[in-house]
Amino acid sequence: MDTKTWIFKNRPAIMCSGVVGGPFEKKSPYTSEFDYCMDSLWMEQESFEKANRLLIEEAIEVLMKKSEIEPSEIDALLMGDLINQLTPTSLAARTLSVPYLGLFSACATSMEGLALSAVLVDGGYSGKIVTGASSHNAAVEKQFRYPTEYGGQKPPTAQWTVTGAGVALVEKYTTQSSPFAFIEKATIGKVVDEGIKDPFNMGAAMAPAAADVIHRHLTQTNQTPDDFDLIVTGDLAWIGHSIAEDLLKEKGWTFKEGQFLDCGKLFYVENPGIQAGASGPACSAMLLYSHFLNELQKGSIKKMLAVATGALLSPLTFQQGESIPCIAHAVELSSPSTYTLTKGEEI
Amino acid sequence: MAKQTASEKSYQSLVEAHDRKRPVLINCIKAFLVGGFICIVGQAVTVFFITFFSFTEQTAGNPSVATMIFFAMFLTGFGVYDRLGQFAGAGSAVPVTGFGNAVISAAIEHKTEGFVLGVGGNMFKLAGSVIIFGVFAAFLLATIKTLLIYFGVVN
Repeated sequence: MDTKTWIFKNRPAIMCSGVVGGPFEKKSPYTSEFDYCMDSLWMEQESFEKANRLLIEEAIEVLMKKSEIEPSEIDALLMGDLINQLTPTSLAARTLSVPYLGLFSACATSMEGLALSAVLVDGGYSGKIVTGASSHNAAVEKQFRYPTEYGGQKPPTAQWTVTGAGVALVEKYTTQSSPFAFIEKATIGKVVDEGIKDPFNMGAAMAPAAADVIHRHLTQTNQTPDDFDLIVTGDLAWIGHSIAEDLLKEKGWTFKEGQFLDCGKLFYVENPGIQAGASGPACSAMLLYSHFLNELQKGSIKKMLAVATGALLSPLTFQQGESIPCIAHAVELSSPSTYTLTKGEEI
Repeated sequence: MAKQTASEKSYQSLVEAHDRKRPVLINCIKAFLVGGFICIVGQAVTVFFITFFSFTEQTAGNPSVATMIFFAMFLTGFGVYDRLGQFAGAGSAVPVTGFGNAVISAAIEHKTEGFVLGVGGNMFKLAGSVIIFGVFAAFLLATIKTLLIYFGVVN
């Protein structure tokens, strides 16, 4: 039997968010919805890894300023990035000095964090949780690929790692609060591997994991795509996203025009410099915690399924000839506009 | 290596249907033009050394290569060579400037880890295999040539 979808009963909600990008992210069509973007890739730091740490710190700083909370009020920080041993996130957690769980699901970290935060809040274990994900293009290139100034030619299937950080504040809903979105349900992904070995074709590697978790979420909750305004994947990009759509069609799920979207496709629109699209943990975290949260709050999206996708490879496994194991986590979000508090439901 | 399963095989064909192919012909033309241009510059440098200094056609190679790598260093440091590489592919990777770029970019990249462990330890991480296999291939060919001369097959 398949694992069950988590259904949250006590109204965990996203109360606030903080989204900070790098210089290239200013070119994103959604840049006006980010809190701000840094002017240089170095961000006046000594290394790209330190710049990654700074992005996380800045995003959390923005979130704390917007929601008027102090670090001492944060019960837990659930975050991750792509760098070895999660050092940028751990160093940011050291600066903040808050209880911290480092997470790794590669680019699916954003939804892993959101699902776990909802569990902790829903279960009454934590009050305020900050969760999110970050990545830094040059730090990731250095670790997974080649030096940034190396003149290698990337194939058209390669993706561009987003520089930035996106964080969200998860808290239980009260009538005094004005949430951006409710976290309704979450389905945790399985590691899916269809034997793709090309690290320059991550979208194709990740597509089956995304299709699997979407299929399981829909069947386990007795829903169809028609129940959702949007189903948004993390960073499948132009190639992976169309593959995922085909895989879902094989399983009997079809989508209306503009209903099945992908952050990797939306992030920079089509741009020859970024090849097949955007990727990285920050890709889904930044778009979901800015644009899509705003739309949910306004009510122009009533209900959406956010599916972050991650390729769980390392430079070592790839060099040893291992295929790319992939994962995707799905979180169902709903707009507060659809929800009217019934009597006695205040917890 | 494990054999491909049936589902992996059918998935592979689905991936191929959605794949974006490398534009091989265009890439070859770009590589030819850019690589050719780099070689013209290299030839000009060689002629310069022969005309203005006391080098011959045989001895001008070394200073020309060093000068080309010097140019590659500037282009790498100013962030131009990686863009050229994306455009030209093998055209900018195969000439000696590409070799220079591989060493220099790694040295720049790992400066943050210090000069000994960072720059020194990493600058040949890409170019190291070019050197080792280059030297080994040269050794093999030299051995074959020596044997052929010894047995009188060639003079």
